[in-house]
Amino acid sequence: MTPVVQLKLVPRPSKYGFEGLLRARGIDLPPLSIDTLQVNLTKLCNQVCRHCHVDASPQRREMLSPEGMAKCLEILERHPQIGKLDITGGAPELHPRFDPFVERAVALGKHVMVRHNLTVQLDGHPQTGQSKEYLPQFFARNRIEVISSLPYYQEYFTDAQRGAGVFRKSIEAMKRLNAAGYGAEGSGLLLNLVYNPVGPYLPAAQAGLEADYKRELKEKFGLVFNGLYTMTNMPINRFKLHLNKSGQFETYMEKLLAAFNPAAAASVMCRSLLSVDHEGRIYDCDFNQMLGMGAVDAKGGGLTIFNFEFDRALKRPVRFADHCFGCTAGAGSSCGGATA
Amino acid sequence: MSNYYESDDLKKFGEIGQHAKALADDFFRYYGNVTGTDGALSKREKALIALAVSHAQKCPYCIDAYTTQCLETGANPEQMMEAVHVAAVMQAGITLVHSVQMQNHLKKMVL
Repeated sequence: MTPVVQLKLVPRPSKYGFEGLLRARGIDLPPLSIDTLQVNLTKLCNQVCRHCHVDASPQRREMLSPEGMAKCLEILERHPQIGKLDITGGAPELHPRFDPFVERAVALGKHVMVRHNLTVQLDGHPQTGQSKEYLPQFFARNRIEVISSLPYYQEYFTDAQRGAGVFRKSIEAMKRLNAAGYGAEGSGLLLNLVYNPVGPYLPAAQAGLEADYKRELKEKFGLVFNGLYTMTNMPINRFKLHLNKSGQFETYMEKLLAAFNPAAAASVMCRSLLSVDHEGRIYDCDFNQMLGMGAVDAKGGGLTIFNFEFDRALKRPVRFADHCFGCTAGAGSSCGGATA
Repeated sequence: MSNYYESDDLKKFGEIGQHAKALADDFFRYYGNVTGTDGALSKREKALIALAVSHAQKCPYCIDAYTTQCLETGANPEQMMEAVHVAAVMQAGITLVHSVQMQNHLKKMVL
C-alpha cells in the first residue's frame, strides 16, 4: 500500500453524523453491483460554475493518461457486468484522446454517457482554441447518451450559476443537438438535462419540473429533450466555499439532515457505480473523488484501475461522510437524478 | 444588543408548543396538510399564495421561508414577483375601495 492511500484511510471528522444516523436507523448500504464505470477524464473546463464540486476551470491541467484510458477500456472489456461508461470532467471532450476513448467503448458494446456542458461546442478548447463544433455529429454517430446541465429554463438562474452568456450558448448548443436528432421521438438519441438548485435549497419535484422545462423550452425555443434529472448541490469544494462565505453552511447542512429520506439512502449511486480519477484511483462516487476519499477493499487496501479485481471492488465497504446527506435528502440525488 | 425579527429565530417556530403542546400540534398538522402537499392547488401555487400573504402581512420570517419554498417547488423570480404585486395591488385596492365609504359620507355632509 502506498503512503498516499494510507493517508486517505484516516477517518474524516463527522460533525453531522451520517454514518451514525445510518446505524441508528438500522440502514446498511453495501454495494449491490458495479454496473457503471464513471471516469473523470480531466478537470479542465471551458466554464467556471459557482457550484462546481470538481473546482473545474480553464486553468486546470489534470488529465487521465493514455495508460489509464487503456486500463479503463480493458476493465470494461473483461467485465460484461459493467454495462455503462459514464464520462465526466471538467469538460471531458477537452481531453485530447476523448474521441478514440468513446469510440473504443462503443465498439465494446457499452452504453456510453457523456456529461456534456453544451457550451464547449461553441467555446472550443480554452487553451488551444480547437473547435468542438463537431460534437453533435460525433455523439450521434456513436449513439452516445448526452447528459447536460441546464440549471433552469430561463437565463437568470442559469447565468447566475454557470456564468454570463451561458444560457444563450446552451440554447444554441441544444438546437445543434436537436438538429443531429437528439431528443427527437423515435431517434433513440438521448438528450437528458440536469437541473440543480442555484443556491442552498433542495430541488423541486423532478416530474413537475421536467414538464415545465419541456413546455417552456419547446414554446420559447422549439427545443426538445428526453428527461430531466434533478440533483442536489453537494456541500463540498466550491459550493461549500460559497456557503461558508455567505454564512449559510450550517443552515444548509441542517436542511439536508432534516430532509434525510431512508428510501433515497437505499438507492444511492455508490451502491452500483465506481468512480475513477485522472490518476486511475477508484472512489465510491464522484464526490468522494473530489474529497480524496479513495475506495478501499474489505481489508482497507486502496483500489485503483491498475489493481482492479471485480469481486474485491464489489465487496468493499462504501465510505460515507457528511456530504452524503446531499444524496439522501428529500427525493434523493444521483448522477441519474432523483432516487426516491 | 437585542433585536426583533432575528432570522435565526425562524428555527424556533416549533417552540410555540412549549406551553400549549396540543394546540401547537394541531396547528402544525393543519399547517403541514395545507401547505406541504399537492391538492387542488399544487405546492408551488400554495407557496406563491403564501409568499404574497407574507408580504401583505409584512412577516420577515414568512418572506424568507416562502422565498425558499417557492424555489424548492420550482417557481421562478417572475412568478414570485408577480405574486408580490398581487398582494400589493390587493392592499391598494382595499384602501381605494374604502373611498366609496368616504364618498357616501361626503354626500351626507355636503348640502
